[in-house]
Amino acid sequence: MRFSQAWTIARHDMRLLRQKRGILAGLIGFPVGVGLGFPALVGLLLTQGNDPASWLPTYVQAFGFWFVIGAASLPTTIASYSIVGEKVSKSLEPLLSTPTTDGEILVGKGLAAFVPTVLAMWAGSVLFQAIVDLETVGTFGYLFYPNWTMTVELFLVLPLVALLAIEASVIISSHVTDVRSAQQYASLIILPLIVVYVASEIVGLTTTTLLYMAGVFGVVDLVLYSVSIRMFHREEILTRWK
Amino acid sequence: MIHAEGLTKRFGDLTAVDGISLDIGEGEVFGFLGPNGAGKTTTVRMLASLISKTSGTAEVAGCEIGKEADALRLRQQIGLLPENVGLYEGSSAYDNLEFFGELYHVDRVTLRRNIERLLRMMDLWEKKDLAVETFSKGMKQKLALARALVHDPVLLFLDEPTANLDPEAAKMVRDILLEFKKENRTIFLNTHNLDEAQRVCDRVGILRTKLLTVGSPSELRSQFHGTRTVVRLERASEGIAAAVRARMVSRKVEVSGNELLIEVEDPDRENPEIAEAVIAAGGRIRELSQPGPSLEDVYLRLIHEEAPSS
Repeated sequence: MRFSQAWTIARHDMRLLRQKRGILAGLIGFPVGVGLGFPALVGLLLTQGNDPASWLPTYVQAFGFWFVIGAASLPTTIASYSIVGEKVSKSLEPLLSTPTTDGEILVGKGLAAFVPTVLAMWAGSVLFQAIVDLETVGTFGYLFYPNWTMTVELFLVLPLVALLAIEASVIISSHVTDVRSAQQYASLIILPLIVVYVASEIVGLTTTTLLYMAGVFGVVDLVLYSVSIRMFHREEILTRWK
Repeated sequence: MIHAEGLTKRFGDLTAVDGISLDIGEGEVFGFLGPNGAGKTTTVRMLASLISKTSGTAEVAGCEIGKEADALRLRQQIGLLPENVGLYEGSSAYDNLEFFGELYHVDRVTLRRNIERLLRMMDLWEKKDLAVETFSKGMKQKLALARALVHDPVLLFLDEPTANLDPEAAKMVRDILLEFKKENRTIFLNTHNLDEAQRVCDRVGILRTKLLTVGSPSELRSQFHGTRTVVRLERASEGIAAAVRARMVSRKVEVSGNELLIEVEDPDRENPEIAEAVIAAGGRIRELSQPGPSLEDVYLRLIHEEAPSS
């Protein structure tokens, strides 16, 4: 595996992303929306009920989980364009005829979905954490962020979930013929995360539960990687992909 | 440059390519002719190490087909123009070539020089910064050819390079192929355009899953000499054709404009009989000739002879 070859493909695909307004809108709109929208909600909640310092942190922590949900959703859109889009426009065959291995192409396409998603979510979370701290420091009496829970969420769970979404997109891409179908199927990945989100509002997200979650995602990632590398095989793509 | 022995590809029960053996020398332009589904694209994909072979052996540009270690080295040395050009439509012509040049590890200075040389050769240099989606089909085809050449390959695989092009664009592409030929590049040309093969190729192979024949266009034509008599009349009619058919039982007679096209086996014996039949039916003969068969005649005869009886 030559990383330079994979990075050439990733850079090229990321350049192509700039021409896709829908993807750009998602990459900018989602983190900015979560980064501004939820702090606005926190501001509203601060004025509600007694002693917000006792119950509000659970909600704030749960709101931060939306960046993980974003990391599951956005790469499916990017990966679908970069794999099914190329399949539809027939540009995969010339790419496959270059001196690159299947793994290098797969990693390149994965990076093109992974890097912008993770960077966008991290940027949005900086905005979110800064505003929440400004709003709550007076009430809580301490800076809520940064904390270990958010650190594990952003630097461990979020990348693993993004990876899972990309691998699932590769597998789905081998069975569908258009970008929209690929996105629709891949977007189902966020359903279990929504369940986690709803549960977290009740039981609270802790560093320990997030570490368990990361372990599960890590195992699923490894399984999906072995499946996707089998699916993304030169001969398979040229002769069997629909 | 290419040596194949019994190269075979099966997809389940379907045999796509059946035991092809051929040798193609350096600097040769080899045309691969065959109807749709004959196995032309599958053969190119095997020779370009894009798909595996089921059996047989092949060596391309010094690399053994099917040997994982040789696959990357082989792809570094060849250029491939697939049937669908597959360009990045939203990117500029320059960016399309630059991306592929980087994947082939062409150093920056050489890459810039190659891109400029190729785009000028294809008459696209002035449009290098325009998005490919604004290009005509012919321009896209030329750009895809430039992409296949950006790393200066020793061997070019071209899969139907003029399919779906209007006659002017097709001629442009053919002229470029003739330029490549002057540069002594080895070219493997998949086509079902017989005129193109006749004009451009040193040798052609006719494929219908199996390789039916290989030879230069003139060699192939000479194998089938004297198979058709053409009678040019003052005015041809179905009545005259029917009279010839009645006389020349089991011979195929067609009317084409004011000409009768008649399949014959022994022209010396049959032509006088044809002339008698035409005159007896009231036809006025202007010319009776025995043109050599075209590559098309050879192709059609071979393909029909080898067609599955079912």
